Amino acid sequence: MTAAIEALGLGKRYGRRWALSDCTLSIPAGRVTGLVGPNGAGKTTLINLATGMLAPTTGSITVLGSKPASGPEQLAKVGYVAQDTPTYAGLTVEDHLRFGAHMNPGWDAALAHKRMSQLGIDPKQKAGKLSGGQRAQLALTLAIAKRPELLILDEPIASLDPLARREFLQVLMETTAEHEISVVMSSHLVADLERVTDYLIVLMSSRVQVTGDIDELLATHYLLSGARRDPAALPAGQQVISARHTDRQSTILVRSTEPILDPTWSVSQLDLEDLVLAYMGNTTASVETGHKIMEEQR
Amino acid sequence: MMWLTWRQFRWQAVTAAAVLAVLAIALAATGIGLSTRFDQAGLSTCHSACSSLATNFVRDLRGTPYAALFFGCIILLYLAPALMGIFWGAPLIAREFEAGTHRLAWNQSITRARWSAVKLGLIGLAAVATAGLLSLMITWWAGPIDRALNLVGGSPSFGGTRMSPVVFAARGVAPLGYAAFAFALGVTAGVLIRRTLPAMAITLVIFAGVQFLVPNFVRPHLLPPVQATAPFNANTANEIMISAQGNANSTDNTMTVVGDFSQPGAWMLSNKTITPAGKAFTGPAGTTGTGNSTPQQCGNWLDSQHLRQQVTYQPASRFWPLQLIETGIYLILAAGLGLLCTWQVRRRRA
Repeated sequence: MTAAIEALGLGKRYGRRWALSDCTLSIPAGRVTGLVGPNGAGKTTLINLATGMLAPTTGSITVLGSKPASGPEQLAKVGYVAQDTPTYAGLTVEDHLRFGAHMNPGWDAALAHKRMSQLGIDPKQKAGKLSGGQRAQLALTLAIAKRPELLILDEPIASLDPLARREFLQVLMETTAEHEISVVMSSHLVADLERVTDYLIVLMSSRVQVTGDIDELLATHYLLSGARRDPAALPAGQQVISARHTDRQSTILVRSTEPILDPTWSVSQLDLEDLVLAYMGNTTASVETGHKIMEEQR
Repeated sequence: MMWLTWRQFRWQAVTAAAVLAVLAIALAATGIGLSTRFDQAGLSTCHSACSSLATNFVRDLRGTPYAALFFGCIILLYLAPALMGIFWGAPLIAREFEAGTHRLAWNQSITRARWSAVKLGLIGLAAVATAGLLSLMITWWAGPIDRALNLVGGSPSFGGTRMSPVVFAARGVAPLGYAAFAFALGVTAGVLIRRTLPAMAITLVIFAGVQFLVPNFVRPHLLPPVQATAPFNANTANEIMISAQGNANSTDNTMTVVGDFSQPGAWMLSNKTITPAGKAFTGPAGTTGTGNSTPQQCGNWLDSQHLRQQVTYQPASRFWPLQLIETGIYLILAAGLGLLCTWQVRRRRA
């Protein structure tokens, strides 16, 4: 099966600053992938490269097997909801649906109209008069009704209130499940992604820290705490992601495919947020670890 | 794509159509009266030596609403391309950048090249068509005045003839070229600056600059000007000016003389009076034959100097060749800018 997004040594430089560097990853199709990282980590840059809004400085990226935005067929396969969900303020909701129909040969008008009426959005309303949540829903509808194979969303819910956020994610999940769309969605809020994603990419300081199936990641990460000791003394199968020491105690996050058998450790599992924060928390150590992990996965 | 272009443009289109309609009614209503005056002046049936009839016709028009409308139309044809560049061209893509809607538009199943080509092509065509209709109506309406002015050899109260820079740009096909160029200029400024207001300002400044430079420095050389020399005749001279410094009798005083050169409807580029030695004539204007004498004596003296007039001009018959060449140049510039825009849009920028 073709990967949804495949990047090889991908990098993008603005002047002297690298917004994304040496990014090698493979996002599987058929998954809902969360792209997590703090603001400025390179999430939007990666997404802009994947939608063809930007051209890479180094390396290459293919989306569903082709170069992004390389032609009408490729554009038809990718739905994109940009940051701040732009719509034409002066056009009505109905106009937007007409716009979608004129611009996309695969347009599903029935789906688009059904979604708008389910959400109770008045088709005569100007897009500029919609609430943030409704506008995001309109942008999502435009992206879904073109019936893409891959849906890319850039911080779609960052500016929404909690209720609208929940509603947006719910609709997203229902539609993507129904139409079997692959989804890549960025956010700096892990809690939002936790409910909907099953695959994770952590970006930090323009580099990929970790990628993988979320259940698998959660099952193979352990937080060890016990009497102080040197992390280097751990068995070879246990990779240290982060380590914290007090005078008498060590707390070490390890990744291991084997269960932790050493009885002197008190072992606990992490939730997604802890895991993400651990990878975001110490960039210097985890850059290498992250790469090692990626290498292993392929 | 055509639908979107139309949907975003329809109010501008309605405005332009309304302006054209109002103008068409005004010109049709007054155009009839103008032709009647032309007929009554005997100009439509005149075949030879019509210049005195034409002089009367032009003189009688001074101060009438026709004269006001004549200049109003010229101003309109100067403004129209600039306005279309500023209000149709500059915001066309800059507004999408400002609102972020290009990220919506560029992710539909249509390539960016096609998106920009359709936008540029359709609205550009609308701009050219609007300018074309304006020019057609105005050229038709002003036809009697232009013909009379050609016979008279131009009248300062009507901006000369249709060959003179002021009128030339408001006749024939040239406005089509200006409109295409101004529009493409506006779009290009918008694409490069990515902000509407600065793009509008830049469009206005550059377009005004080009519209100043072309008639002054380019149009005279689009076709090699005709050069001619003729003996100077003081009796028909346009201008004899003596610049006296203190003593009116001093031989240091200089004089400038400009002879008349009869080329009805021609665009005079230069008219110099030279001495038999080929130098520009500057006098002397002192007692040496002229100082204290009567104008008649002065004229006789000038005639005895064997002065010659050296003139360069574009004859009236070159109106259409010059129009076509200039329009072609502007259209080529517009096409180049259009390609630049599409290329810029295709280059990926988020």
